[in-house]
Amino acid sequence: MDEPFAITLDVGSSLANHTGTWRTERPVYLDRTPPCSAACPAGEQIQRWLYDAEDGGYEAAWRTIMRANPFPAVTGRVCYHPCESACNRGELDTEVGIHSVERFLGDEAVRAGWTPDPVATATGRRVLVVGAGPSGLSAAHHLARLGHAVTVRDAQPQPGGMMRYGIPAYRLPRDVIDAEITRILALGVTLETGTTVDDVEAAAREFDAVYLAVGAQLGHRTAIPAGDGARILDAVALLHDVAAGQPPALGRRVVVYGGGDTALDAARSARRLGATDPLVVYRRTHDRMPAHDAELAQAVEEGVTVRWLSTVAHADAETITVERMELDERGFPQPTGEFEDLAADTLVLALGQDVDSSALTGVPGMLDEAGLVRTGPDFATARPGVFAGGDAVAGERTVTTAIGNGAQAAARIDAYLRGVPLKTPPLPPPATFDLLNTVYYSDAPASVRPRLDLARRVSTFDEIEGGLDADTALFEARRCLSCGTCFECDNCYGMCPDNAITKLGPGLRFTIDYDYCKGCGICVAECPAGAITLEPEES
Amino acid sequence: MAAQPIRFFQTGTHVVGNRLLDPADRSVQADEHRFNSLTSGHRACQGCGEALGARYVLDAAMRATGGQVVVVNATGCLEVFSTPYPETAWRLPWLHSLFGNAPAVATGVAAALHAQGRDDVRVVAQAGDGGTVDIGFGALSGMFERGDDVLFVCYDNEAYMNTGVQRSGATPPAAATTTTPAVGPAPGAPFGQGKDLPRLAMAHEIPYVATATVADLRDLEAKVTRAMGIHGPRYLHVLVPCPLGWGSASRDTIRLARLARDTALFPVFEAEFGEVTAVSMLRERRPVREYLEPQGRYAHLFGDPGRPDLVAGIQTLADRNVRRYGLMEEH
Repeated sequence: MDEPFAITLDVGSSLANHTGTWRTERPVYLDRTPPCSAACPAGEQIQRWLYDAEDGGYEAAWRTIMRANPFPAVTGRVCYHPCESACNRGELDTEVGIHSVERFLGDEAVRAGWTPDPVATATGRRVLVVGAGPSGLSAAHHLARLGHAVTVRDAQPQPGGMMRYGIPAYRLPRDVIDAEITRILALGVTLETGTTVDDVEAAAREFDAVYLAVGAQLGHRTAIPAGDGARILDAVALLHDVAAGQPPALGRRVVVYGGGDTALDAARSARRLGATDPLVVYRRTHDRMPAHDAELAQAVEEGVTVRWLSTVAHADAETITVERMELDERGFPQPTGEFEDLAADTLVLALGQDVDSSALTGVPGMLDEAGLVRTGPDFATARPGVFAGGDAVAGERTVTTAIGNGAQAAARIDAYLRGVPLKTPPLPPPATFDLLNTVYYSDAPASVRPRLDLARRVSTFDEIEGGLDADTALFEARRCLSCGTCFECDNCYGMCPDNAITKLGPGLRFTIDYDYCKGCGICVAECPAGAITLEPEES
Repeated sequence: MAAQPIRFFQTGTHVVGNRLLDPADRSVQADEHRFNSLTSGHRACQGCGEALGARYVLDAAMRATGGQVVVVNATGCLEVFSTPYPETAWRLPWLHSLFGNAPAVATGVAAALHAQGRDDVRVVAQAGDGGTVDIGFGALSGMFERGDDVLFVCYDNEAYMNTGVQRSGATPPAAATTTTPAVGPAPGAPFGQGKDLPRLAMAHEIPYVATATVADLRDLEAKVTRAMGIHGPRYLHVLVPCPLGWGSASRDTIRLARLARDTALFPVFEAEFGEVTAVSMLRERRPVREYLEPQGRYAHLFGDPGRPDLVAGIQTLADRNVRRYGLMEEH
């Protein structure tokens, strides 16, 4: 011992004192499920790709989308964005414009010519996809990337299904559809158009697996009493013929019967074909209308009017007769016996769509009572090896749902072909608004997309909504609160009174040193995203 | 750096780091290689605001001076929890003498360094509120008055916590301590007593006086950096919530500091030569009740019947701060 006077011990460091033993609760990092991703019918990890886009990593963001959805430029236009309805930022100011950023990324990919991640080693298994709509092509994309040999057959002369033959060009330009389909075919998918599959049983024997994505292409038939010379069309056929470049003559006065998005698409298409003031007749009230509000608002801007609480009782050559309805206490429309005649050159029926099941009737147990293809939660039909999804099965009929079905079915078909059970890890707990510490987020109002002026909207099929420019898309991506997911704000690292958190570097997040963490919980309380939780220590 | 409009960065500078900012614009605490002047293993309570405040201040001072800092510490929590013999949690030169003489010791250290021609080494003295506003105040006033080249930092947790939560000259009205219990017609610390040290420091017309909280790291670091760029006596008063003495949850330390600022009970400002030169405007003003209610030391003000008259009295103090420092936009 060679210490100075009155000193008996060497200098020690406090590091010898492991204060972690004081802890009764331990902070643990976790990724919660953000509400946007939970709401996405296509199964996109939305928070994750917004994170990529936040620092300008647009290609990485696009690749993250593509792992779920091979049609970002399409869904960036036509999806009804349930993600935005679920967005926690809506409780703070306005929801993040996820839809606009997705479109920007989709368009950027087409412009820059980005190609999907490489295809896996060929498995030698052959899969037939029936229907080249969003669901069939989504399944084809994922199956091809998993290494399977995919053939897609479709009855129409061009691929796209309802994206091409159901959605008008002013909402979804054809070059966008073509660009994203071309990218899927470039994976080595064989496309056979103008080919009808009329025997599923035979196809199931020819291929190792079949995915039925035949859609719901038949306009629902309702018998409307009609006099001689009454001109009655169905909306699906009208939209198909417009898309195929053979629009029918409609006259100036067009009445559309129905209340869904298809009814509005038909009325707005009629407006563009020369109908001066198209009228939509719907038997219930505005709040019960199945069409999306944004579609209705745009239709009204373009001069479409809606007659609520009315049914079409009779159709003649120059007029239709409508009956006023009343809602009963259960909300069902009931006739009142009050009739009125309206001038009409053409009546368009938009009363729902049915599945063309002629190819399926030979296979027992294939259809349910409603005429839809019957599937379990794993998308399997009654016939082993045959799977189904999209509009042909029960569920929401949107492009995005169809794409999501295709991706999920592809994963199950892959598991079926490999003979292994599909492993789907349980979703982590939800990132609800109350878990966020919103004082840390800057105030930032949403950005808006430019729109085509009204004069051109009512006379052409040009696209209405413009895209965001790169600056605005970046701004919008940065409005994301990153709910339930660490975005490396450094709050936990900076605010730990015990230096018990180690910063691992960009993209690597943080780790907690439980030798020194006293379990005070400051990191949990001050995490903006709610991505840390406290767990009780074992006593 | 030339002023330019900052692009929207999700959380801007509200958070400690922010990966979207240029590294040069990030805080000292966000640096994965930060100095950690006060290292792990110290014996401060869970959620100690003072341990956090001391690291914030000294890490910023180390960066501002290129690592040339000597620290003089008064007696108090900070001294006791960091240096139980023979351990130390300090990673820089650090001296402790007595409770009341830290400003005088710091004066001596600065003079000694000057005599050795080591004017590149800067002196920071630090104390709790007891060591600053009560026991060390005479020495501190002398240090200001003589114009010594020392930054004096007070970590204010509003009572003598280390010895058992006794009232100090910085204990706010109505707060219960062991020497001002919540009994009688005027429970807790009396209204109309105590010392407002930032204003007393301003009265000395020293070059720089500033207040800050542990809830606004960027602001605190900017003030330390500014102070280290000035010579002469400087005073920094940092509000550091104390879960033990305030009867608050350890996880609420930052939240309470933020509420102290947002209720205007703790005005955040800078002053030069006796005049206020900058204030932190209230982003969103909160009623004092939100700040008081989570704290056990104010529990007697709430419940049935509670003391709404005293809560209103505290609100009056906040309103006066808003007027005195101009904390709200004029309408």
